[in-house]
Amino acid sequence: MDFKLDMNLGGQFNKSQKKSFDKNAFYDVLIVGSGPAGLSAALYAKRKGMRVGVVSNKSGGQVVDTTSVENYLGIDFETGEGLIEKFMHHVDTLDVPMLKDVDVKTFEKTDQGFDLVLGREERLKTKTLILATGSKPRKLGVKGEDQYLGKGVAYCAICDGPLFEGRDVVVAGGGNSAVEAAIDLAKIAKTVTLVHRSAFRADQIIVDKLSDLENVTIHLQTQIEEIVGEQLVSGIVVRDKATNETRTLKTDGVFVEIGYLPNNQLVEGKLNLNDRGEVIVNALNETSEPGVFAAGDVTDTPYKQIIVAASEGAKAALTANDFVNRGNA
Amino acid sequence: MALLNEELQGQLKEVFSAMKNDMTLAVFTQKGACYSCEETISFMKEIEALSDKIHLETLDLEEDSERAKAYNVEMVPSIVMLDSDKKYRGVKFNGIPAGHEINSFIPGILEVSGSGEPLPEEFTAQLESVKKPVNIKVFVTLSCPHCPGAVQKAHKLALENSFIDAEMIEAQTFDEISNKFNVSSVPKIVINDQYELVGNQPLEAFLEEIAKTQQ
Repeated sequence: MDFKLDMNLGGQFNKSQKKSFDKNAFYDVLIVGSGPAGLSAALYAKRKGMRVGVVSNKSGGQVVDTTSVENYLGIDFETGEGLIEKFMHHVDTLDVPMLKDVDVKTFEKTDQGFDLVLGREERLKTKTLILATGSKPRKLGVKGEDQYLGKGVAYCAICDGPLFEGRDVVVAGGGNSAVEAAIDLAKIAKTVTLVHRSAFRADQIIVDKLSDLENVTIHLQTQIEEIVGEQLVSGIVVRDKATNETRTLKTDGVFVEIGYLPNNQLVEGKLNLNDRGEVIVNALNETSEPGVFAAGDVTDTPYKQIIVAASEGAKAALTANDFVNRGNA
Repeated sequence: MALLNEELQGQLKEVFSAMKNDMTLAVFTQKGACYSCEETISFMKEIEALSDKIHLETLDLEEDSERAKAYNVEMVPSIVMLDSDKKYRGVKFNGIPAGHEINSFIPGILEVSGSGEPLPEEFTAQLESVKKPVNIKVFVTLSCPHCPGAVQKAHKLALENSFIDAEMIEAQTFDEISNKFNVSSVPKIVINDQYELVGNQPLEAFLEEIAKTQQ
């Protein structure tokens, strides 16, 4: 093992922070979420001169779990975490106050705008809201998945990959995240089998990279029907869609990388959602509630990409700024 | 090879300037086969050099078996944090705290030196009822961004209540014990070798499991 340090100095050790989050202030805009959409919104809002605060529970969002990012313009290679650190650092230079590791319960409309209700009934006051709560890993929804969670079923390849050194693993999924995870796991595991129910959605450039690896097997048009085992996972039951035949593949681990579900708990019943549970926004990132804007993976904007989320966050901040300037709030 | 470059050294010196009291890193190693013992000692020397308040003591699991027993040290390398009275406060790291674990190790130093933030009252009230020994194992990998959060919470609970002993266990270094507890997803939290949690759980979840050990 080659030791190195992944030190995260942005926040917790930094006791001498100039900006502290004022819970009693009346904000122009409060941003919920600190992934690419939320941080980009914070940057744009602050530069417009808005009184802005960021509230988040999982600092950095989903991107932190991404092994490598190679499709963000101007950055040819960066780890997910490294990229977020750059974003955070950029926002930090503008002294945007951030409230981290908090649970946001809901929001309520008030005479002057909105109350953001936190756990323990704390309330933050704001004229407008930008919801950038992102998404969480989607589950396969097959028998055995919940039973073997943490016993071979995993959703974070960079976290749990090292535990499968020299063993056989399966990656479920065919998008960029799945292929990146498979490439990464192939360096640690004995064999990697990628199983996907249809054709690849991932970029050709990384599919080629995966196909070149000797210890990787790819099964497309193959449906995972069940995860089986005793104490721990021992295999998956798959069905070949062409022949309709089922068989069991032996494996020690199943890494599920089949996309994401919107984190919409905060807004359910309050905003219009589509049938996938995503917040419906227009081109200006307005939701069905005037004064509430949304950006990034939680919205119905197609293509869940870091660069898309960042640009949506920027738009949401500019719309919120116009909204406040027009005196709507 | 040094783990800390000049930039990190500078940043850490500033972080350590917030230390309230002195503290000691008691590092246990063992002669013979010991994975990462050498690297751990050399890393701890680098850390010690960054503050007058940090002291380093190197111990041997066998030669110093009584002290090992007092701190519940069973594997090497193991780093035990002692406060300014050289008292063990339940804060321990098994395996080198490199990679992402530097983010639980540095706060650990600050906390044991007495410069941590107090826990909210509702948690301290709940902790008062803990009067039987509790051992919290937090299994991690060094590439896991969520793991340090779980380690920090476990250590915080240990600092607040003398019946609680909390240890980070680097799962790859200690694969035998990891396999024993079926660790295949991290962070994995095991309380009194019996109650398990997976993921960086909130303090409430820790307390709920701890309550089960007090019946």
